[in-house]
Amino acid sequence: MSEAVSERPQVDRLRDEPAPLAPSRSTRTPLGWWRNPWRRPHILATATWLYLAWSLLPVLIAIGISFNSGRSNSVWQGFSFQWWWGHPKSDPTGSLFVSPELHAALIQSLRLSFLTMFIAVPIGVAFAIGISRWRGPAPAGANFLMLFSFVIPEIIIGISMFLFFTYLLKFVHLGTGAQLLSLVTYQVSYPVIIVRARMLSIGREYEEAATDLGASPTQAVRRVLLPLLYPAILVSFVLVFADTIDDFITVRYLSGGASTEPLSVKIYNFSRGILTPAINAAATFLLFSTLVIAVLGVFLYRRITRGQRGQTQEMTGYLS
Amino acid sequence: MRGLPRRRPRDEASGAWYPRWYWPGFAFPGTLWLLVLFVLPFYVVVSIAFGTVDPVFQSPLPVFEPWWWTKRYLLEEWHFATGEFRPVEVRTIVYVVLATAICLVIAYAVAYYVARFGGKRKGLFLALLIAPFFISYLMRMLSWVELLQPNGYVNGVLTFLHITPHPVNWLAGVPFTVVLGLVYGYIPYMILPLYGFLDRIDQSQVEAGRDLGGNRFRTFVRVTLPLSKPGILASLVIVTLPMFGDYYTNNLLSGSPKTTMFGNLLDNSMEATGQGPQAAILVLFLVLFLMIPMLYYMRETAKAQRNQ
Repeated sequence: MSEAVSERPQVDRLRDEPAPLAPSRSTRTPLGWWRNPWRRPHILATATWLYLAWSLLPVLIAIGISFNSGRSNSVWQGFSFQWWWGHPKSDPTGSLFVSPELHAALIQSLRLSFLTMFIAVPIGVAFAIGISRWRGPAPAGANFLMLFSFVIPEIIIGISMFLFFTYLLKFVHLGTGAQLLSLVTYQVSYPVIIVRARMLSIGREYEEAATDLGASPTQAVRRVLLPLLYPAILVSFVLVFADTIDDFITVRYLSGGASTEPLSVKIYNFSRGILTPAINAAATFLLFSTLVIAVLGVFLYRRITRGQRGQTQEMTGYLS
Repeated sequence: MRGLPRRRPRDEASGAWYPRWYWPGFAFPGTLWLLVLFVLPFYVVVSIAFGTVDPVFQSPLPVFEPWWWTKRYLLEEWHFATGEFRPVEVRTIVYVVLATAICLVIAYAVAYYVARFGGKRKGLFLALLIAPFFISYLMRMLSWVELLQPNGYVNGVLTFLHITPHPVNWLAGVPFTVVLGLVYGYIPYMILPLYGFLDRIDQSQVEAGRDLGGNRFRTFVRVTLPLSKPGILASLVIVTLPMFGDYYTNNLLSGSPKTTMFGNLLDNSMEATGQGPQAAILVLFLVLFLMIPMLYYMRETAKAQRNQ
């Protein structure tokens, strides 16, 4: 792996040199420039930067609008914090931290995300460990089920959960409980996939060494396997949190009333009606909370994997 | 770690003794959770789809015993699906195919550039490509809702440059807006897997193509493209599966019946009561329709897990 990385600069240097293979055609004319086999990929580079601008600029503008001083959510009218915690003239109780509705939704968002994270990740990690070591046909079936819950469109989980809690499991009332159960069901496959990849890359040798040296199976898992899995578990925590706090598809059908709707559902409802910069502030808040968790994750990840090679590569590998 | 020869001993008897239930015990909570909260809800969906309807409230009455199942409402809904709903289904497929095609062109170009020519900036590029994963889908749609409003910045620029004489109402059922919204929403999920595949392509194979006399285009078509085919297929599936269940992009960016998609049918059947088992039956249709791509994607994921 490291060889391939050190090779690349040389290839780039080769490309920078004036083309010795096509000396007859001048590279200055447009046609010659086009035909030069070693020209730098300007078109692709432009396309990539344009894409990045297109994908991120609108969001930056939306974040900016949350600090708007006027009521408009499409035109900049000056800077203020009033839609975050002030009392705007047009809507005195409309700002994110003042409006009782948005404030309650914010708490509900955080509560659901943290609970989901702390339920789904342990279940998923244990499942991944069990399924990688357990032999026979049964784990393949369980894994199939897990992958199925991963690929199925979210709206299907949302609707089937709603029907489930309305017609069969009637003692679970729509609200936080139902939301939590379905969020965990949808999220539990992320840690499984991430941890399983890590399990396969570390192999069984370390555990075998531990048991050969006299560790019991439980000690081998707790003292050897789990520390090796910490990076993957950390990434799972961050991804599950980021995905849950933004989730509105499953949760919307299971809210059962305005009081248990999290911020994401509120944003969806408001986006179709009257928009104020407070909604931008709400969306920005979700983004900031995700970023805080992600930065925390990266920080812990660095601490845990200190001295190991190929960290960033592994981290991006989890996402793709 | 990587230098060690990888050995998979056949005998499990080395070292400690593992009770028979030991590893299944780890997988037990997750399996039980999925059986109760994933399989059982789906059984409820099927029971409602094959069930009957309350004659007074028009609400569904699920029938949990398979021997009492009736096909009556299912056939009725199928009749709708092939008649009244057909324009919606055709439109959904057209939008999804268009959006996926645009996604693929842009995503491939970006992923290819970053994987092959990223060089020292690769880390930065990757961070920027991963950023949309941490920005909620809603926020990304919300930002376009605001930009595309009649007095928003897009119309401001267009009228300033005299491309359009007066502001266009982009959010009143314009198919172009919806397709572009779908592209914008789902393209990050395509770029990263594509990047993963393209980055793994051995550069020396591409160079061999060039050395053997292929120009840029020929080398790309004959070497890079065939090598990245599994990546293309996988990323196509990743993007199209959620698009078929998408109602929110459409609701936020258009909300007009002129652009209704299949996801909207599902969502509408949830919002109005007294439609009998419609929601359950539509869910069943969607699952059956997406079964083949879902199975394909699951097989590929399982294969990737084994081969790692």
